[in-house]
Amino acid sequence: MLRLLSLLLLLAQPAAAREEIVLGLSQDSVAITATFEGSEILVFGAIRRDSQPPPGKLGVIVTVAGPDTPIVVRRKDRRLGIWVNVDDVKIDAAPSFYAVASSAPLGDILRASEDLRNRITLDQAIREVGTNVLDSRSFSRALIRIREENGLYQTLESSVDVSRDTLFETRIAMPANLTEGFYVTRILLTRDGNVVDTYETTIPVKKVGLERWLYNLAHEQAMLYGLMSLAIAIASGWLASAAFSLLRR
Amino acid sequence: MQIYLPIAEVSVNAFLLLGLGGIVGILSGMFGVGGGFLMTPLLFFIGIPPAVAVATEANQIVASSFSGVLAHLKRKTVDLRMGTVLLVGGLVGAALGVVVFNYLRSLGQVDLLVKLCYVVFLGVIGALMFVESLNAIRKSRKPGAKITRRKHNWIHNLPFKMKFRVSGLYISVIPPLLVGVTVGILAAIMGVGGGFIMVPAMIYLLGMPTKVVVGTSLFQIIFVTAFTTMLHATTNYTVDIVLAVLLLVGGVIGAQIGTRIGVKMKAEQLRILLAIMVLVVCFKLGLDLLIEPMELYSIGAGGH
Repeated sequence: MLRLLSLLLLLAQPAAAREEIVLGLSQDSVAITATFEGSEILVFGAIRRDSQPPPGKLGVIVTVAGPDTPIVVRRKDRRLGIWVNVDDVKIDAAPSFYAVASSAPLGDILRASEDLRNRITLDQAIREVGTNVLDSRSFSRALIRIREENGLYQTLESSVDVSRDTLFETRIAMPANLTEGFYVTRILLTRDGNVVDTYETTIPVKKVGLERWLYNLAHEQAMLYGLMSLAIAIASGWLASAAFSLLRR
Repeated sequence: MQIYLPIAEVSVNAFLLLGLGGIVGILSGMFGVGGGFLMTPLLFFIGIPPAVAVATEANQIVASSFSGVLAHLKRKTVDLRMGTVLLVGGLVGAALGVVVFNYLRSLGQVDLLVKLCYVVFLGVIGALMFVESLNAIRKSRKPGAKITRRKHNWIHNLPFKMKFRVSGLYISVIPPLLVGVTVGILAAIMGVGGGFIMVPAMIYLLGMPTKVVVGTSLFQIIFVTAFTTMLHATTNYTVDIVLAVLLLVGGVIGAQIGTRIGVKMKAEQLRILLAIMVLVVCFKLGLDLLIEPMELYSIGAGGH
């Protein structure tokens, strides 16, 4: 309620003769702890305008994108009776996480040319080049399909609630198998399919505490980390043996 | 209870891993196998990245083997001398294996190689062992039939002979060295201790008594897998210590229970059970290669 009030106050201030986005996030960072089970981010905000809303259909699109990584998509085929990886397509940059939420079906509130320019839909968010197979499209579609099953790619049409043409909010669920990095969050405002304003912010996703420490140790002090793993293994092996011989007495 | 694994970067159920570790630990103590040939495919199945599964499994085997070997040492069923010879070969093999593993990973065929290795080795060894132990059981049931054992074959004519008192053998060091190298390579590639190859090789190729074989196999597995763990930790950064701890807590307890079960059983029974288990895993993996997979596509890390 307080949030809404402060937003309404912001709206009351005079602004330029155009529509602008004012944004809030339920949390400005995601901490991956040992018991991390995923996280839900509430993205909410308001559209600030000084005069009557201009004509045309209003659309709000929210995207959250994890860090881009290069990946290889491989396809199996039957060779000599067994299924082996035969073809592969290198994808230069695919976000490790991508969610796109919109206030209406994307086709209704976004022109294809705007989608191309702003890289909004999943198809646009994935950049593929360097193909050596004919049907490289089916590889990027497979990537989307697999990651959608894992909850890493989400297309949430009509999941942004817009009330009184000014306030909007949506929830984006981030799964437990997140990778670290800066998650770029964009809010795009459209009128008749044209983007009239964008707002961009980043949500850092970081391992914290023990997770952070172990990860750093594994990469920076690999030898020490390896020895530590072995020491734990030997110690627990010995402990179990000692405990059992005590039990037998 | 979900736990986020810092290196694997996935979230898994802690109790599931404890249980898996326990079951595999029991088998480990009973048969002298590390249990990696069961655990690694299981880890793939629950979504651990293959590279992390292979490296971490090696670390877990160190723990369950150590736990098992302590139990065997108390019964004096470990041939330390034979173990050391096997170990020398094993370390050479493990170093070669990590090089091969990294090369194949860059080709994207590591999955296939690992699976083919499993199917071929499990199939051949499982079948041979099954037939042999079935014959042994039949013979022991027939009263009056004498147990004949071929004591001398070509292996006994090789040079560099050495006495292995605990096993009651006087043979050349070349066969145990070669067995060690082979097992070492497989250990690094497949994320296994190689016990399921080592145990039959010691029984049938080297002619060691079954009771000594289990402890000796575990003894050398400790060192080979410890070495593999270090290599993976320093070259690939793929050992997940949280995953390892969850698996090994179950594993070390299981190994103690398994050793006690193993002692109460006859050698032939032990061998035929191991053979059946090996064949079942082989059959399952073989089927996966032959049947069209549900998802033809897979995602791998790019960027060379």
